[in-house]
Amino acid sequence: MGFIDRFLRTRKFSRGIHPEDHKRPAADALVRKMPLPERLYVPLLQHVGAPAHAAVAVGDTVQKGQRIAAPQGAISAAIHAPTSGRIVAIGDIVAPHPSGLPVAAITIDSDGRDEWTTLTACADPFALEPAEIGRRVSAAGVVGLGGAAFPSAVKLSGGRDANVDLLIINGGECEPFLSCDDRLMRDRAEEAVDGIAIMLHAAGAREARIGIEDNKPEAIAAMRAAAAGHPKIRVEPVPTRYPMGSEKHLVLALTGLEVPAQGRPADVGVVVHNVATAVAVRDAVRFGRPLVSRLVTVNGACVREPGNVEVLIGTLADEVLEFCGGLRADRGAPARLLMGGPMTGMQVPSLRVPVIKGTGGILVLDADEVGLRTPGPCIRCSTCVRACPVGLLPLEIARRIRAGDLDAAVKFGLKDCIACGCCAYDCPSHIPLVQYFHHAKGELAARDRNKLRNEATKTLAQARAERLERETREKAETAARRKAGPDPQPAPAPRPAGAAAPPAGESA
Amino acid sequence: MLFAVVSLTLLGAALGVMLGLASRFFAVEANPVVTELEAMMPGSNCGQCGFPGCAGAAAAIAAGTASPACCPPGGRALAETIAARLGIAVDLAGLRDEGPKVAGIREDICIGCTRCIKVCPTDAILGGPKQIHNVLRDACTGCGSCIERCPTEAMAMQPLPVTLQQWVWPKPAACA
Repeated sequence: MGFIDRFLRTRKFSRGIHPEDHKRPAADALVRKMPLPERLYVPLLQHVGAPAHAAVAVGDTVQKGQRIAAPQGAISAAIHAPTSGRIVAIGDIVAPHPSGLPVAAITIDSDGRDEWTTLTACADPFALEPAEIGRRVSAAGVVGLGGAAFPSAVKLSGGRDANVDLLIINGGECEPFLSCDDRLMRDRAEEAVDGIAIMLHAAGAREARIGIEDNKPEAIAAMRAAAAGHPKIRVEPVPTRYPMGSEKHLVLALTGLEVPAQGRPADVGVVVHNVATAVAVRDAVRFGRPLVSRLVTVNGACVREPGNVEVLIGTLADEVLEFCGGLRADRGAPARLLMGGPMTGMQVPSLRVPVIKGTGGILVLDADEVGLRTPGPCIRCSTCVRACPVGLLPLEIARRIRAGDLDAAVKFGLKDCIACGCCAYDCPSHIPLVQYFHHAKGELAARDRNKLRNEATKTLAQARAERLERETREKAETAARRKAGPDPQPAPAPRPAGAAAPPAGESA
Repeated sequence: MLFAVVSLTLLGAALGVMLGLASRFFAVEANPVVTELEAMMPGSNCGQCGFPGCAGAAAAIAAGTASPACCPPGGRALAETIAARLGIAVDLAGLRDEGPKVAGIREDICIGCTRCIKVCPTDAILGGPKQIHNVLRDACTGCGSCIERCPTEAMAMQPLPVTLQQWVWPKPAACA
């Protein structure tokens, strides 16, 4: 039965691509710990949602793990000092983002002692209320470590409300070059399984399934051994096929359930968390330790000693690369610098940018690996259609975007595009299809923002019209009262017509 | 007494019927297209198009006497939407879209005269007499009405900086 099941599931997800994975030898090298950097740059926006708000001032001394920025709004995450030291600046730095635009960040000079602040540990997390676990995870600033960096507490506590029945742990790591999750599962399997048990308790799910691509036999074995004593946690190998790590595809491969278009896995009773997030949740709940470091894969043909490094959040990618031996002299100048994987990561103009919570990799690729060629015309071969894991028609969508017809592109399913890059990878004409989709999604978001702004303007203009009318009426009434006869008290002087300021400012 | 009551009642009824008929037969029909266009416009009635408010501009555009690109705060996006709604081609080449701008105040030369406050169509300027004014960026529509009112030239339009959340990937260069 199991075999037939597996066969059917694999058949269900037959799209996608199978790129060369480039994971070894980096995946087989032992994790190294980066020495303490002198200066750390901690951006206030490292997650999906609103930027955090700085809670310290320049000149303050902070302890490792002390909260330095508070979340703002419902979807946001707290940020903690990655080491002990002094705040030397709060201001803009270059963001780890393809645009190279500034992002607000807190700069900390390390004092070299790396002293933890007082942490509130918890001996038995399973005695805690699920809501309390959510609070602790939120206070520790844990976000999804798979790359999207969605605040984990929101997903965890949302699971209870949405009656989530199954917790899926994403150990797919389908992106080529990256191996930080693989390494984490090999080395810290016990901790990961403990974290998963805590998450199960918090989300109120019936069972947990850990999906791991079958190109990581060591990780599968380690996780199986660690999960042996837990009847509710099962390890399930999934076929190696990009984008298996996309949550919708992992859900499909593991359960056969399809997440509806523009829906979330919670719509089919599933919640998906990354395996590294499980370890972060364990650290947060058991030891009160906030998220201040992460595993980062440093890889690419230009790197002298590729491997996985434990890095403090806020360390410059340049310094991490230097720690890994720097650039190889025989490979020439790097052709591309990436934060994250080669398919969905961010191409950055320079590596003078900090590692943030969602950074899974620092890749320095040479020209062969990038394989950049001049795009040709679309020959309508439909290779992209076969590659698209969502079942869209990338060639048709791109054609409409090229013509500037965004509405038509949306009708062809642009909003369901997960920007995995399969279509562009397979395109024989080397058309940058994903860039078209990124561009169009950005334009659509800008359009929506503009619409909201226009509505707000209308409300404001209306409010002003009402105010002017009210003021004219009040003036007329005052004048009428004055005319009516000798008033025992002098009528108050009418306010100047335009002054929108509170009367306190009108002493003159 | 009875005569007065009866005559006034009759008079009222007759006049009521006449008014009802008049409103039926002499009704001014609002052009539905104008109403629709007006809903698309920014609605701040800033007057930069040269028409009395957004309703005036909408009527002129619908009548074909004004270009859909006549609204500076609406910019290129609005011109495109209106052109699409009316099914007409519009020359957007002449429309310089320098990106969104908002008014800004140089605090060191602002004298607190409140003149800009009085003309701002969205009440986006904060301040009182002899107090330094300030512009609420989120409320400013960039209509520029306040610029000419300032006696000390303390006001200027400034481009709105692009933030990380608003940045849009550039469109790939068209291939052959």
